[in-house]
Amino acid sequence: MTGMSSFLESVLDPYYIQVLILLGIYIIAALGLNLITGVTGMFSFGHAAYFAVGAYGAAILTVKYGVPFSAALITGGVLAALAGVVIGFPALRLTGDYLGIVTLGFGEIIRVIFLNLKITGGAMGLAGIARDTSIAIVYILVLVTIYVMYTLQNSRFGRALVAIREDDIAAESMGINISAYKIKAFAIGCFFAGIAGGLYAHLLQYINPNDFGFAKSFEFLCFVVLGGLGSIPGVILGTAVLTLAPEFLRSLSDYRMLIYGALMMAMMIFRPNGLLGGVDLRRLIFKNKYEKQAGRGTAAGG
Amino acid sequence: MLLEIKDLHVSYGAIRALSGISFNINKGEIVALIGANGAGKSTTLRTISGLIKPAKGSIFYKGMELTKLPPHKIVEAGISQVPEGRRVFPDMTVMENLEMGAYTRKDKAEIKESLKSVFKRFPRLEERKCQLAGTLSGGEQQMLAMGRALMARPDVMLLDEPSMGLAPMLVKEIFNIIKDINQTGTTILLVEQNAHMALSISDRAYVLETGNIVLSGRADELAHNEQVRKAYLGED
Repeated sequence: MTGMSSFLESVLDPYYIQVLILLGIYIIAALGLNLITGVTGMFSFGHAAYFAVGAYGAAILTVKYGVPFSAALITGGVLAALAGVVIGFPALRLTGDYLGIVTLGFGEIIRVIFLNLKITGGAMGLAGIARDTSIAIVYILVLVTIYVMYTLQNSRFGRALVAIREDDIAAESMGINISAYKIKAFAIGCFFAGIAGGLYAHLLQYINPNDFGFAKSFEFLCFVVLGGLGSIPGVILGTAVLTLAPEFLRSLSDYRMLIYGALMMAMMIFRPNGLLGGVDLRRLIFKNKYEKQAGRGTAAGG
Repeated sequence: MLLEIKDLHVSYGAIRALSGISFNINKGEIVALIGANGAGKSTTLRTISGLIKPAKGSIFYKGMELTKLPPHKIVEAGISQVPEGRRVFPDMTVMENLEMGAYTRKDKAEIKESLKSVFKRFPRLEERKCQLAGTLSGGEQQMLAMGRALMARPDVMLLDEPSMGLAPMLVKEIFNIIKDINQTGTTILLVEQNAHMALSISDRAYVLETGNIVLSGRADELAHNEQVRKAYLGED
């Protein structure tokens, strides 16, 4: 693992390595948000807050308590998942825009708490974090996240989440315990945000509450919406485009949010399902399978 | 008595939807709840399936008190609902919709059996099993919603306005299917504005008016009742 990292570091420019690591971290966080917003259809404008919980949780553990990086990372994820459960409860009663507003408020509350706590270093931020995040660790975790998300989405659990997104009343009358599922989706999605946050803190070595404001939440949401709500390849593509493009268009960096906004508007008009939304590779394969079965059915019937 | 509703009160905030209705359904019957818009018919169904909690009253099913159970437990207990407006999952295929119907069941082989029997009853669904449910016609969506409910292998099927928005020919077809489902052993509670069709296939019926049951009896008798003919069958 470290061998691979040092090999890549000897070949690639450190700046590009930094960008690639950041991309991997964002992919993990965005895939977490995708489970909540893309698959289950619950709008969350507060994803940066869970990212922050993971970042601060892991960083405080390694810096102040000398906990090993891997244990700190997982604890950060678990803390973020717990925060997700807390916000999951209002999510049971609210849908659509209202849930978006609540998550927005919750995200700000978390940021303000970090801004005022002593242990987080307040507005001064938290410094002196070891650089434990390497490109190999991040991309191994990206693969793990993709695997977990893919398995989840294609399981009984995943199908129930999609049913909730499509029609929650119908889902409930099918016998799906929608309250439990919504909370679980929030917890899992936030867990991955927390893991990503821990990696982020141990990459930049310094974190500050202002890194985790609404702009960051909006960025995560853009990754998911641009790529395609509910589509794993779509979310990876969306994250890659929106993370890498600004790096290659440095001169436009002042206009980043402006471009994001315009891009979102264009997307909503021209491809409301995202770049890869509605292009369901799995369904294309299944369709062939079903058609074959159907063909056999009629042959037997005739 | 399979299902017994006792003194059921339901309110939406300050608005009272049901003010103490009581009725019962025996095993193997088709019972219709008829009445005008806003009489409380759908509210009654939604309360039985646990989507709404009553302010007062109780619902007994095979001796079990349903009002304390969450909706998914009620489905597991054997009551499944075909909701008003069909509510199929539009971006799922017909097949996936049917699989969702069997969500509470575990035995794969038995689920396959149910799927076979649903396709036998609705050959059109089999023809369109890879099609997205949102692209089906209204009648096909109604069949899918019924097929989906059957996938739970219910003892009692609750149907909410199955005739809504369908052409008269299709309504006839759907009601024949309901009758047929009943004859294979499923007890049916039917909510309908189309009183004429509902009474034609039901054993018994209750007439709801602004949250109260105002009339009840055998369906063929109600079809000839002066009051019902005037108010719900549009005859003089």
